[in-house]
Amino acid sequence: MSEYTGVRGTVWFRALTGQASPMPGDPKSVLTADAPLGNDHARFLCVVPDPHARFPCARHGEVGLEEAFTFATRVREAIEHDKNTIKRPIIAIVDVKSQAYGRREETAAIFLAAAAAADAYGSARLAGHPVIALVVGHALSGAFLTHGYQANRILAFDDDGVIIHAMHKEAAARVTRRSVDELEKLAKEIAPMSYDIRDYAKLGLLHKLLHVENPVKPSRQEIRNVQNELVAAIADARSGPVDLRNRLQSTAARETRKASLLVRSKLEAQWLEK
Amino acid sequence: MSNKGYNANFINRQSFIELDARERATALFDAGTSRELLGPFDRVESPWLPMQGVTPQADDGCVVMKGKITGQAAVVVALEGAFQGGSMGEVSGEKMTAALDLACADNEKGIPTSAVILLETGGVRLQEANLGLAAIAELMASILVLRKHAPVICLTAGTVGCFGGMSLAAGLASYIVMTREARLGMNGPEVIEQENGVEEFDSSDRALIWAIHGGDQRYATGLADALVDDDTPQVADAIRRFVSKGVPPVHRSSQVALYRNRIEALDSSRQWDPKEFRALWATNGSNEEKR
Repeated sequence: MSEYTGVRGTVWFRALTGQASPMPGDPKSVLTADAPLGNDHARFLCVVPDPHARFPCARHGEVGLEEAFTFATRVREAIEHDKNTIKRPIIAIVDVKSQAYGRREETAAIFLAAAAAADAYGSARLAGHPVIALVVGHALSGAFLTHGYQANRILAFDDDGVIIHAMHKEAAARVTRRSVDELEKLAKEIAPMSYDIRDYAKLGLLHKLLHVENPVKPSRQEIRNVQNELVAAIADARSGPVDLRNRLQSTAARETRKASLLVRSKLEAQWLEK
Repeated sequence: MSNKGYNANFINRQSFIELDARERATALFDAGTSRELLGPFDRVESPWLPMQGVTPQADDGCVVMKGKITGQAAVVVALEGAFQGGSMGEVSGEKMTAALDLACADNEKGIPTSAVILLETGGVRLQEANLGLAAIAELMASILVLRKHAPVICLTAGTVGCFGGMSLAAGLASYIVMTREARLGMNGPEVIEQENGVEEFDSSDRALIWAIHGGDQRYATGLADALVDDDTPQVADAIRRFVSKGVPPVHRSSQVALYRNRIEALDSSRQWDPKEFRALWATNGSNEEKR
């Protein structure tokens, strides 16, 4: 599907933190590090492929049981540590192939593991930590819900290697009983179905698209630019509410998510009726 | 058991599973207290389905009702499994999220309001793909806020089950109520078989599916808080019990150390027999007490 899954995550984790190793006791598939960012000391998290991961269905950069609980642990650690002090920014570097599709995972409730990670990210946001998702590669389906989608602000590269979607093309075609060609044609006309990050931007969910000439080999200037964009997004998050309202209030959302806005206004009005 | 050769309780059961979403929601309220919000006559439909030649539904497969449960304000949001597999589209997703936000606002105003979400869903509606996924992320954010004030109770009765991204929403709930017919999991057997082969998961093995995802197993391993028969009074009674119980001292999805240790203790080198797994995570029916 993509030779990039995992490569980009590692590249950007190293570029932004100067490190590339897991924290003690963590699986090798999750990188966590604290590193300076603007005037802050931010916590960065990322999934990377580990061909020797304990669980066989989580060896190619998927978010599995261990990855999800590691995110939950490391994010909660930051919340706990910063309880009475300045809330450090939490940066989810997103390059995730998918969740782990396995029998062991289902048996041991990967749904709860994924919920626990999302709970941690969401709780960090509610506690006042600026949570920023930086999508450098793939952000697919349950993996993105687990790692990134609870962020106050989402940044992504405007690049063909960046895909945010509910399901990868082949599977989506199968499930909706279409050919991949038909799916691609429909996706061109219908923004929420598109696999193109520029169409995703029309949904109003993104804070900003960033440009990097070659995301696998960023220049020092490009890394500095991305750092500046992260700092700006952090400041923006700190100045706004801790919920996700901004996603529905953006200029693009007012256009594309008219139905959502209609639901909200009608439901609000009817809620108050006796 | 009776000695008449049949079980009278079984014969007299009022099936909950056979009810549609609207009837299910109504059945959970104190009699005569519920009213539907943004019902089918408001005709707020999916704008995306007709563009693809798919007939939309006037309520988008999502029923929102407000009323009283055990005399206390509550909102019930029920997904209709018979429409597009209960999938989350832009409209159905926003209905659920907005309803929870309104319940949250009422709690903040001093009107205690619980929420019950009836999840019969395969997850994201692929015809609305990214808006469905975004809707689930926003729903999860809203559950996290509301559950600080009032319980968010997830009921999955069957037969669609609760899968995909919506299983994460279930995972965030204060309490999960299931029947034996219901299933709860992130990836359905078909998806696993497609992605990793029949050796990983044989999606035609129904016994295996229920042994892993089924309500009985989820309850026995502490992943659901109540197991009820497919009987409407019993289902409604379980919901009332959790509404009365209020917010749990700690939510399951926040018990990170407990579950991380449990995962670490598992032998990942082989598949497990679901019964063997049940013995490892058994709660002996103490789910409600332990929290």
